[in-house]
Amino acid sequence: MKPDSVIIELSPEFSVGAKQALQNTQLRRNMGKATQTIRAKRAAVVGEMHDWEALRDAGERIKADTMAHLDVYIEQLEQNISAAGGQVHWASTAAEANEIVKRLIQATESKHIIKVKSLTTDEIRLNEALEEAGITAIETDLAELIIQLAHEKSSHILVPAIHKNRSEIRELFQKAMNLPDLTDEPKELAAAARTFLREKFMTVKVATSGANFAIAETGSVCVVESEGNGRMCLTLPDVLITVMGIEKILPRWEDLGVFMQLLPRSSTGERMNPYTSIWTGVHPGDGPKEFHIVLLDNGRTQVLGDSVGRQTLHCIRCSACINICPVYERTGGHAYGSVYPGPIGAILTPQLVGTEHAASLPYASSLCGACYDVCPVKINIPEVLVHLRGRVVREKHTHVAGWLDPESIGMAGLAQVFGSRLSYEAAQSMGKLAQWPFVHEGYIENGPGPLGAWTAMRDLQAIPDQTFRQWWRERNVHDDNAQ
Amino acid sequence: MTTTRNRVLADIRKAITQGQRPDHQTHSFDVGGIVPQALSAEALVDMFAERVTEYKAWVGFCRMAGLSAAIAARLALAGSRYVIPADFPAAYLPQQEFVRDEQLSHDDIAAVDGVISLSALGIAQTGTIVLDAGVGQGRRVLTLLPDYHLCVVFAGTIVLTVPEAFTRLRASITERRAPLTFVSGPSATSDIELNRVEGVHGPRRLEVLIVDAPGH
Repeated sequence: MKPDSVIIELSPEFSVGAKQALQNTQLRRNMGKATQTIRAKRAAVVGEMHDWEALRDAGERIKADTMAHLDVYIEQLEQNISAAGGQVHWASTAAEANEIVKRLIQATESKHIIKVKSLTTDEIRLNEALEEAGITAIETDLAELIIQLAHEKSSHILVPAIHKNRSEIRELFQKAMNLPDLTDEPKELAAAARTFLREKFMTVKVATSGANFAIAETGSVCVVESEGNGRMCLTLPDVLITVMGIEKILPRWEDLGVFMQLLPRSSTGERMNPYTSIWTGVHPGDGPKEFHIVLLDNGRTQVLGDSVGRQTLHCIRCSACINICPVYERTGGHAYGSVYPGPIGAILTPQLVGTEHAASLPYASSLCGACYDVCPVKINIPEVLVHLRGRVVREKHTHVAGWLDPESIGMAGLAQVFGSRLSYEAAQSMGKLAQWPFVHEGYIENGPGPLGAWTAMRDLQAIPDQTFRQWWRERNVHDDNAQ
Repeated sequence: MTTTRNRVLADIRKAITQGQRPDHQTHSFDVGGIVPQALSAEALVDMFAERVTEYKAWVGFCRMAGLSAAIAARLALAGSRYVIPADFPAAYLPQQEFVRDEQLSHDDIAAVDGVISLSALGIAQTGTIVLDAGVGQGRRVLTLLPDYHLCVVFAGTIVLTVPEAFTRLRASITERRAPLTFVSGPSATSDIELNRVEGVHGPRRLEVLIVDAPGH
């Protein structure tokens, strides 16, 4: 892994962040309300598609095919974008991508850029890199604007300000936009953002965006959005710079038709999102005069090389897995300490930055599998989580201290116990004797030693007087007698 | 530049040849997944109208002969100055002044009360209008900056499903390299407590006039 090549800022262990978040009752109320709303909407619009499972299969196959031949498709994309008047740039690291974007902006002499919401530019921390060069990036998506004005970090990939309710947003806008009489009516809040940003749209000459999809066959790039801020940034400025992860490619034009069914329904729970823009290079007399696209690796080829982890690159960033996750619903996104929170973040972040830098994230899940069920491209998130947990343990065992920690010793002991029938049954008999001081009405509620951490949240069923093995043996004898 | 390009390509090749790499062939599986059940032309238009309405857009119907009168009736309600694409067919317009888009500045476009445009097609299943810069649709900024958009959709251009729309739109990309915009209702956001609120940066009022005709 190349940790220096990836600029995802990581906070401490997930368990630390989660504990902090769980104490914030306002946050838990906001999160509970928001995730329940979006789940119901998704379920309704997915339910009316009688071929939903076939669509998921198609989405999965298209993505698998794309990854298997990514070299062919990416060269095809490059060729077609160039032929249409666009300029293609390549970046293997976040730093390289930021440098390219910075130089392109400097060539225009603009000190400001308007931005379409983009996770990829969050991942490489483009805004911060530009700020160092004296360039101000203005976020134009409503939720991104809220986060930017509050100087906070995103907590959801689709709705970065999901953790804030309307009255918190009102307070923020009242101050930042100097609107003392603003109410917390969502319509009024949206109107305030409209007025605030209109002037920027009309004057700033450079925009950056991410991309939801790019079609190899035609060189077309697609941005899916709701508010119209995307359309503004994609059509009004003279120069457009798109930063796109190399995994966002689709081979053929018709493939996009599959994803334009899967994405809106999985994402905002709509039959279709309000606006989708698809452009192919430069369109004379219509929109930007210059179009640049930066194709970004930043750890993605490492993920591509792992046969189990590769499916992570199929992700279309819909956020259905985040909205359904019982862990995310309670902790919110900040606990994950990455721009990619929730189940997808728990598998994507450790693979991009290296498991050694995000060892707690593969454990930020109960492995309930709800994320897999809702994923529009059928990413088997629990499978990848378990795969990454294995990697974390193997990495720990590459040094002596890793072998000597209590968990490793405990697991080695258990491996011995479970290794043969004799030692397992002996351990059961011993356990029956040893457990008696802790058993209360058949349950252990406060376990001794390290077991205490486990029983702090749950009760452990005591080993019964008659174990299953004993019962089985006696049952057989009984049956023999009956014959 | 070239060296970075070659490095990324080499990393991709190394990664995908580590496992079993299937033969490269353009995948031929059915990407639609749907066999659209046959809908009568009338039912198709009804579904389209109903789903556009659900996005809180106004929907009206007229015959070809009544198109200019229908446009006049809607415009009377919205304001007085309207912009139209340079090639908007004069026959569809009522007797009143319009601002034709002959290289208008962004400020000029933002200053009008609304815009009238035609469309490439409609998608019934999702209540979507697609603009492909064809006749009467204009450049993208025209249907973006004004706060009111009156969009004319010809009944014959309405398809049932998203894949059907993509099949029809292929030529717009490959033959004209046209920019496409999919519009499903007025601009909206779900960013405040994940509830949909209509009206952010794009036109806050969208009105759709469905004309009982195969096309223009």
